[in-house]
Amino acid sequence: MSIKKRIYLDYAATTPADPRVVKAMTPYFTNKFGNTASLHSFGMEAKEAVDKSRKIIADAIKASAKDIYFTSSATESNNLALKGLAWANPDKKHIIVSSVEHDCVLTSAAWLEREGWKLTLLPVDKNGMVSPDAVKKAIRPDTLVVSVMHANNEIGTINSIGEIGKICRERGIYFHTDAAQTFGKLPIDVNRLNIDLLTASAHKMYGPKGAAMLYVRTGVKIKPLLHGGGHENGLRSSTVNAPAIVGFAESVKICLQEMKQENRRLIKLRDKLIKGILKNIPDSYLNGHPAKRLPNNANFRFAYIEGEAIIMQLDALNIAASTASACSSPKLQPSHVLLACGMRPQDAHGSLRLTLGRWTTEREIGQVLKILPGVVEKLRKMSPFK
Amino acid sequence: MYTKKTLKHFNNPKNYGKIKDPDGIGKVGNIICGDVMWLYIKVKKDKITDIKFETFGCVAAIATSSEITELAKGKTLTDALRLGKDDIIGALGGLPPVKIHCSVLAIDALAEAIFDYLTKNKLPVSEDLIKRHEVIQKHKEVIEEKYHDWTEMEEEMHEGSNG
Repeated sequence: MSIKKRIYLDYAATTPADPRVVKAMTPYFTNKFGNTASLHSFGMEAKEAVDKSRKIIADAIKASAKDIYFTSSATESNNLALKGLAWANPDKKHIIVSSVEHDCVLTSAAWLEREGWKLTLLPVDKNGMVSPDAVKKAIRPDTLVVSVMHANNEIGTINSIGEIGKICRERGIYFHTDAAQTFGKLPIDVNRLNIDLLTASAHKMYGPKGAAMLYVRTGVKIKPLLHGGGHENGLRSSTVNAPAIVGFAESVKICLQEMKQENRRLIKLRDKLIKGILKNIPDSYLNGHPAKRLPNNANFRFAYIEGEAIIMQLDALNIAASTASACSSPKLQPSHVLLACGMRPQDAHGSLRLTLGRWTTEREIGQVLKILPGVVEKLRKMSPFK
Repeated sequence: MYTKKTLKHFNNPKNYGKIKDPDGIGKVGNIICGDVMWLYIKVKKDKITDIKFETFGCVAAIATSSEITELAKGKTLTDALRLGKDDIIGALGGLPPVKIHCSVLAIDALAEAIFDYLTKNKLPVSEDLIKRHEVIQKHKEVIEEKYHDWTEMEEEMHEGSNG
């Protein structure tokens, strides 16, 4: 069986921009191209658009607009959060992050460790969940910040960030969460969840690449990574990317409006996919939490075969998916997330992530369910293990 | 990332599966690292008359397995042992730098299969091949040891942080 139209099931990597988003952005490339720092009318209209966008994004997480700082990527936001806090609070030398964070958090934390900070990596259970108790135990008198992602990008497990936030607040410790996979997809209230810093990115939610933000609660002491013209209240110098920010806000608006019904739709499709695969493919397993997982995430392990081979077979059949196998990574190391869940390296090689999104249809899920068993069978025929 | 030829071999691999009564088997690689290659050979009058592979691994591992079977089939043992990783890489039109080790694995598997055939039949084994066999086995041990330590370290880390 072959499919004519390509099927995209890698929405956790990036999403296409919604045409409504592109439409909202377009004038800010051409007619309203001004620099937000300029005093003339061109600058003014760009600045007004960015201010309006800031308000929309702040409202989405029940924050104050002045606490939203635009950046270029979630990676930049996470670097700014950890390094910025560390530099501004030199008397607090201890940092806590979970062991399943995105590489940009883990490597920023590791860099700080080499620079003299103390680092605790929080363990996770077999589903990839951080236990609030582990956070409690890891906290020391000199702990500066706890950084735990809202939901994991690989296996989709959703953490109890409200509980973790509460623990941090009670002890006067900053709480940062990387919400790159959840902003616009799950409701977030930074006050109710006791979040002090939050990372989000536009291209994971049908906005443009190159626009992201860091929420920093008023009163949090933080220093900039980038020095220059003093943009973003001095925390992030760089000419403001007005078109991308306008697109970011538009994508937030659409996501909030459609969140409830879209999640219902995605969960139905996701569960059809999970049930179908586990039923039709022998020796297949679900990675991540069975219930507390992102509405659009399905992650599997297939025994006896390797993940890169699976995605390249699927690619040849017009299905785009992703894997965290060692062979597919530049470092040739298996996924740190799956290993942290207690999986053996030999088992972590056969992972497949399918992430759904706004344009995923039931028909496409049906096609994947028809094609995938054959791909797994073909690779198993070649494998010495079976 | 991969050449068209590599993807062609990967999508339509040649000579995969088992040979029932092989004259020699070469088993190389390590499941923990993510590449395991088994090569089966049939030998008649000093020639490789049939060859098949079973491979657990990525695109490059499967493509190089397929390519080595094509290159070695019909060759005398001496000629087959002259095959180097560059013959495979050349035939595939190149491999990404991080995947070069897959071509080495394929060459090693062939050498091990021939070594197995020769020793099983008590035939003379060249000094060169004995050396290659020893290096491959040594490498296997080093990897097993390395990952043994590594898995232990992981376990300790987990226990430590749970306690």
